[in-house]
Amino acid sequence: MTLGYIFRRLMAVILVLFVVTFAVFAITMILPGNAAVMILGEYGTEEAVAAMERILGLDKPWHIQYIDWLVGVLHGDFGQSLRLSLPVADVVGDAFWNSASLAITALLSVTIIAIPLGALAAIKRGSTADLIIGIFSYIGSSMPEFVTATMLLIFVAGPALGLLPAGGFIAINESLGGFTSHVILPATTLGLVLTAHISRQVRSEMSEVLSSDYIRAARLKGLSEHRVIRRHALPNSLAPAVAVISLDIGYLLGGIIVVEEIFAWPGLGRLLIYALENRDLPVIQAITLVLATVYALSNFLSDIAIAILDPRVRYA
Amino acid sequence: MPRAFRTAAGITGLGLLLIVMAAAIFGPFLAPYDPQVFHPTNRLEGPSAAHWLGTDQFGRDLLSRILNGAPSTIFFGLGATLFGVGAGSVIGVIAGTAGGWIDSIIMRILDGLLAVPELLFTLLIVTFLGGGMGQAMLAVAVAFTPGMARIARSSVLSIRTREYVLAAVARGEPSRYIILREVLPNAISPIIVESTIRVAFAIMIGATLGFLGLGAQPPSTEWGLMVAEARQFMFRNAWTVAVPGIAIAMAAMGFNLFGDALRDSLDPKRNE
Repeated sequence: MTLGYIFRRLMAVILVLFVVTFAVFAITMILPGNAAVMILGEYGTEEAVAAMERILGLDKPWHIQYIDWLVGVLHGDFGQSLRLSLPVADVVGDAFWNSASLAITALLSVTIIAIPLGALAAIKRGSTADLIIGIFSYIGSSMPEFVTATMLLIFVAGPALGLLPAGGFIAINESLGGFTSHVILPATTLGLVLTAHISRQVRSEMSEVLSSDYIRAARLKGLSEHRVIRRHALPNSLAPAVAVISLDIGYLLGGIIVVEEIFAWPGLGRLLIYALENRDLPVIQAITLVLATVYALSNFLSDIAIAILDPRVRYA
Repeated sequence: MPRAFRTAAGITGLGLLLIVMAAAIFGPFLAPYDPQVFHPTNRLEGPSAAHWLGTDQFGRDLLSRILNGAPSTIFFGLGATLFGVGAGSVIGVIAGTAGGWIDSIIMRILDGLLAVPELLFTLLIVTFLGGGMGQAMLAVAVAFTPGMARIARSSVLSIRTREYVLAAVARGEPSRYIILREVLPNAISPIIVESTIRVAFAIMIGATLGFLGLGAQPPSTEWGLMVAEARQFMFRNAWTVAVPGIAIAMAAMGFNLFGDALRDSLDPKRNE
């Protein structure tokens, strides 16, 4: 792979993130609510509000405010939370790692389950296994997270069985067992939709590959079916699978908002809902920027991975 | 009927879609009880001859509430998609036909907007507009616009260089004729397929917003809100959350399966 390709992709990511900072800033500029009034409370005098606006820089024109904010962000300074009286970087930083532990657990288990499932459905096309996987994938992709989560709570965490805790969080470095028992339900909720989507995509890619001429040639050469699948079919279905997974990361990042709220997981999603309810603008800005950065970077990494897996992309 | 609609998945999709649309159009007239009347003596009952799907925490008939909530849930999805697809297609067709720097600028802005996860984008807009059904619908439509614009643009681009378009250009047809009569009719099928599947997604997001308290407001019978209101009582009567939950899943699945069948029947490669 050429360095030029990586460089061009990286420049595109930076450009996207620049547009995002602008959009994020614009959205919070037009959101109702005055930060100075929020800090002082409803009964702040007019002079006090004006003084606070000067301290916060709200009296400056919007483009100066944007540049000040952007310079701060580039130095890792997202300002002060309006509600929690803590630096935004600290609050969001803690929540970020909690969310990451949930999202990575979900994504890893989904990848391990969905790709073999999709491949199996494609190899045994038309069989009962294919039918069951197909039905599961349609049901999975038609259930919103809050429905899945509620069902899991009733049947797994409810008083009838009470197998797993209904919510809460224990950090992975405190107790691995505690983390695992708390992560299973939210990760399953997030994973259901993704598994459904990814396995269906892998199935359709793999079916297309299996009906291609070079697979027929490999079979006619007398290669064992096992070798045809492992050496010829699977590697060619992987690049599209990576593309689907990277698109689904956007879905996952949206999904954690609902799932964290339901399972009381102290991550970015839960913090975002709190910040939206309380109009905590600096926190909203920081979370939106962090989620968009994660999404843009994961797309970048997947483009690189696809270029490694598929030579046609590299030399195009 | 096209071949793709004769498969098991196609028939199921068509069937679910008919049920869901019938519920959305005729539901409120078919409801056996008043969906808002309390029956304090019949709280949290399971299914029975009198109440086919049981009753909720106030003794309200669940079947009646589901039927009554069908229009707001389904038409929310259809409306949001329609507006999103309309706005997105216009932007995408402009970018695709204009090309050059106009295309570049539009695409960079779209890339930036697409980097924000859809649900997060919707939540930000809803917060700006304030909670409520109309605001939530507008928010979902705006959040759908960049993705639809991308699809419309790429389908216009792939058609712009086809021989029959080049032939029309060579014949000296005016560009309005080329766009309206040659490019659009052929670019429209990927847009239709994508928007059918998006309706499922819009219904799910709408219900999620209702669930979070940012969409439909009480005493609405929107299905997501029904799940949220019944959650406190879910361990005493699982039907109160299962019924609206399954209704949402059925509606979304109908549009998903129908969209897939539509895609297969419009794709000449898969419909020999």
